[in-house]
Amino acid sequence: MVIVVIDEVSVTIERDADIVTARQKGRELAATIGFSSTDQTVIALAISEIARNIVTYALRGKVFLSRTEEGGRRGVLVIAEDEGPGIADIELAMRDGYSTSRSLGVGLPGTKRIMDEFQVESSMGRGTTVRMKKWLR
Amino acid sequence: MSVPILKQADVLIASIQAALSDRDLVELRDHFADQIGRHRSLGVVIDLTALDVLDSFATRTLESIANAARLRGANTVVVGIQPDVAFSMVQLGLSLDGIATALDLEDGLAELAKITKQRGHRRDR
Repeated sequence: MVIVVIDEVSVTIERDADIVTARQKGRELAATIGFSSTDQTVIALAISEIARNIVTYALRGKVFLSRTEEGGRRGVLVIAEDEGPGIADIELAMRDGYSTSRSLGVGLPGTKRIMDEFQVESSMGRGTTVRMKKWLR
Repeated sequence: MSVPILKQADVLIASIQAALSDRDLVELRDHFADQIGRHRSLGVVIDLTALDVLDSFATRTLESIANAARLRGANTVVVGIQPDVAFSMVQLGLSLDGIATALDLEDGLAELAKITKQRGHRRDR
């Protein structure tokens, strides 16, 4: 299968204001791909949640935003990468209501729910990468 | 960007004009707690009409603004949450538990007047 990734934008995440920049750029990209305004908001919200994870847990990282095509489908690909402490137990982190900070614990599981594809890879002491996609319907 | 807080009779009104960073939200929370005491306000209206996204942090901060305001004797009404923002919050599993909401500023002020009256709290001025 041919996977095409184009128009990559990257946003460095190191302070809370960068979260706003990342989600705004994500919304702009989603709009150019043709997502409805509701889906643009859903994508912006997902980006906000995973970018916040970087600020909260890793302090510094990057969010990559791109247009993706696969088997005739078009969509948006979001990758969030950090070199933070990593997630000790991904299964636990993906559980609703679980949080090691004082957040609501909806971040990762909620984000997975609102995107079409969602993967987390993490290794202790080396960092975490979240890859998520939403397809145009 | 800091959010101006307007005073109208017994009510404080904060109208969010652009996307808010976490710091802006925390600053808003702190300003409210201070201003409620200074103006002896009985109500707080937060207008989110211009807000692009309400994420888990923003939701939590709004809840703490409302809780702190209640402990200081003031009721909070959140107004102007846009349809797309509301829909995305529901999908993510976010709600504003225990906070009164209204469609717009006008309805919010009416709702606040109703709550304040119910609590027999209105001061004669």
